[in-house]
Amino acid sequence: MPHIPLEDHLPGITGLLEYRKDSAQPIRELTQLLLRGPSTLTEGERELIATIVSHGNECKFCTTAHTAAADKLLGECETTQAIKKDIESAPINEKMKALLVIAKQVQQSGKNVTAASVVRAKDAGATDIEIHDTVLIAALFCLYNRYVDGLSTRLPNTSDYFNTLAERLVTNGYTRLPQGYDHLKKN
Amino acid sequence: MAHIKVEEGVPGIRSLVLFRPETGKHLYELAQVLLRDASPLTAAERELIATHVSARNHCIFCMSSHAAAARELFEEKREVVDCVIENKDTALLSDKMKALLTIAGKVQQSGKLVTDEDIAEARKHGAEDRDIHDTVLIAAAFSMFNRYVDGLASLTPTDPKEYEPMGKRLATLGYVLPQQQKTNGTH
Repeated sequence: MPHIPLEDHLPGITGLLEYRKDSAQPIRELTQLLLRGPSTLTEGERELIATIVSHGNECKFCTTAHTAAADKLLGECETTQAIKKDIESAPINEKMKALLVIAKQVQQSGKNVTAASVVRAKDAGATDIEIHDTVLIAALFCLYNRYVDGLSTRLPNTSDYFNTLAERLVTNGYTRLPQGYDHLKKN
Repeated sequence: MAHIKVEEGVPGIRSLVLFRPETGKHLYELAQVLLRDASPLTAAERELIATHVSARNHCIFCMSSHAAAARELFEEKREVVDCVIENKDTALLSDKMKALLTIAGKVQQSGKLVTDEDIAEARKHGAEDRDIHDTVLIAAAFSMFNRYVDGLASLTPTDPKEYEPMGKRLATLGYVLPQQQKTNGTH
């Protein structure tokens, strides 16, 4: 059970973002910019960063949601499974391998990012902005994972929920739906 | 040296938000909402949570700048800040704040560590839903800020004196996005 009263029909992060909307606003806008804004990384690649960090933090809600979003954007489900097991053998390019290694280091501690892992990313063609965004996305998901689990939000009752959520993350992104979320009430 | 090309001589997060003001804008808005806007916790108490989490993450820049802000805001009770950093018991800390700092310390490690008992202890000493929510979200947000600042190896001044003007500025002006200009930037 959540540690604070949250709306029953809104599992995971959504209930929290609706609980306090003034703090939700900059979090939503930052996420929209980082994961959907102009970037030389594809939306699918940026969702892989969200996925590997949430997986490292063992946050079930965020891992499932961002895995589903990445799968939809990539059009296949193998890459998300592969990066969780072993980045080096995953079917991604050298630059993404290097960036995911940095993301995993950030997940543990900012201090764990080594000069060598940054050099590897730069040698593989990563720009300063790509390295910046990788670190900030990884840091942002350390916020999300702790917010979602620290208040003990509930998981959805059905796996269908994640399908619908991923669809929403792909088509609408991370900004609040203009009509709110009352349509998710099952009555 | 920072992992990416930021303006020389500008410390910590200020150098990063000058590098990418688009994301910086939302980060500063989030800090302002969480640490200064309406909350049942005082600005001083919220800076103390930020200080505690940053100290536990060994993020010297964030710890020193938020400790400096907290000292300004606590005024004559400023010694509470160093007690929290050094993990020393102090009568200056209410039982409610002790319980909330315990929750924040767990969120710093993992959201999953927060137990029903931790929440019950905080409630026993008068914490309400919003105290608990804000504590968890501030702790989660500093898990992000600390990783951002250290993950990109931003400049960390080592002289404690350098943080005093930052603390004064944060206490009086709050979180104002630094402007793109050549200055001897202070936080």
